[in-house]
Amino acid sequence: MPKDVPRFWREIQQRYNMMGNKCGSCDRVYFPPRESCPYCRRESMGKMEKIKLSGKGEIITYTIIHVGPEEFEEQVPYPVAIIQLEEGPKITAQIVDYNIDELKIGMKVESEFRKIQQDGSTGAIYYGYKFKPVK
Amino acid sequence: MRDVAVIGIGLTKFGELWDQSFRQLTAEAGSKAILDSGVGGKDIDAMYVGSMSSGRFVGQEHVGALVADASGFSHLHIPSTRVEGACASGSLALREGYLSIASGVNDVAVIGGIEKMNDVGGSAATETLATAADQEWEAFFGVTFPGLYAMIAKRHMHEFGTTKEDLARVAVKNHQNGAKNPFAQYQKEISMNTALNATPVAEPLGLMDCSPVTDGAAAVVLCAADRIGDFSGKPVKIIGSGQASDTLSLHGRRDITTLDASVHAGKMAYEQAHLKPSDINIAEVHDCFTIAEICAIEDLGFVKKGEGGKAVENKITTIDGSLPVNTSGGLKSKGHPVGATGVAQIVEITKQLRGEADKRQVKDARIGLAHNVGGSGATCVVHILEGM
Repeated sequence: MPKDVPRFWREIQQRYNMMGNKCGSCDRVYFPPRESCPYCRRESMGKMEKIKLSGKGEIITYTIIHVGPEEFEEQVPYPVAIIQLEEGPKITAQIVDYNIDELKIGMKVESEFRKIQQDGSTGAIYYGYKFKPVK
Repeated sequence: MRDVAVIGIGLTKFGELWDQSFRQLTAEAGSKAILDSGVGGKDIDAMYVGSMSSGRFVGQEHVGALVADASGFSHLHIPSTRVEGACASGSLALREGYLSIASGVNDVAVIGGIEKMNDVGGSAATETLATAADQEWEAFFGVTFPGLYAMIAKRHMHEFGTTKEDLARVAVKNHQNGAKNPFAQYQKEISMNTALNATPVAEPLGLMDCSPVTDGAAAVVLCAADRIGDFSGKPVKIIGSGQASDTLSLHGRRDITTLDASVHAGKMAYEQAHLKPSDINIAEVHDCFTIAEICAIEDLGFVKKGEGGKAVENKITTIDGSLPVNTSGGLKSKGHPVGATGVAQIVEITKQLRGEADKRQVKDARIGLAHNVGGSGATCVVHILEGM
């Protein structure tokens, strides 16, 4: 994936703080935030409100990656899941601090602030969210 | 709208073609299709080229003009347009050509699909394929392209009891077909044991659940139906064309195990053709991963949702089954040069409907369907063809 700091910097609000938004017309919640609500479209224009998500949710599906992209090669095998957040949106993230026998669809998880990848040994470090089982 | 027919087809060998360049492949497929159709250079009104990522795979953009040039048409100044929609680029190019003729603007169009993937190393190819996913909200977090389909498979298993054996049967069946296709990358059968015990890539998918990295090109010549008498090519009519889109990310979808874009593109093509799924005799579907073939036969309405695995187990989709699927070997065994795939599917369906599929020939095949997916389901294109 091409590395560029401005592109990452623009996403810091969402990736560091899990900031999504909510349609003022139908109350649906989006993550990442959308410019407009796909259901209400013009009715939602100017009514999308920022909202901080709880970071709690459950695993809808997952995989264990054995052949990873270059930046993740040192971590294989590692699980990646689609998580449905309490507020509704589904997101993709790594699962960490898990016990392999417990890993399953329906498992409750919560987000943690973690390092995601690094641009070489001297480049920028990119942070974001990973999820761990709720104990 | 005018009726449109395929009157010429051309294909290169699919595989690791170290000694052939992007230009050579495209010229080979194109000239085969043009010779097969009987059209001359001056008859061609337009060209459309499907290529997912020539920029990353061979460092060359602007391949619409390049393909016209490599095909020897620079002096004729034929308008040539490159079309991109990840792994659906080929069938998007086909659809653009189809629409241009159906609308009355053009009479004859040449459609090419090309990808030269082996000029870069394995990890660069994997990274390039991942650009079909959502870079900022999927790939950034470490999910690979096989990983996305693995998550579809995991959920399919959870909801419908689909098994790893069901997935393996898709690979075994497609290799059986590919073994009979002289253009296929892997012309050999594999055992259930090989399929089930392959190196894990993204659980539950192993190496034998994944289509390979492939070089190859395919081309077809399209012609307005009222002008097919002017040319010698044996025509097959396009009776339905559908296209749909969905969220770029898998997690954004309504349902993880249904490609809604496949459902919608299928409906659009069926409605235009005045046909139902049970009217289809053969299908080439987008089996970039084994689970994708199971989802495709469900989403296209051939079987009920959740029963795709059972259908494969019951041998419905083999060459002598009631609905042969991927007689070419599919993406799994024939190979998947991403931009070429959608056009290569049309080549196979045309061969079948002309009765020219040799050892793979399906008896009395009259109506065929081609289904091509971009990304994990953000773009889907379906075409229905009828023998004439």
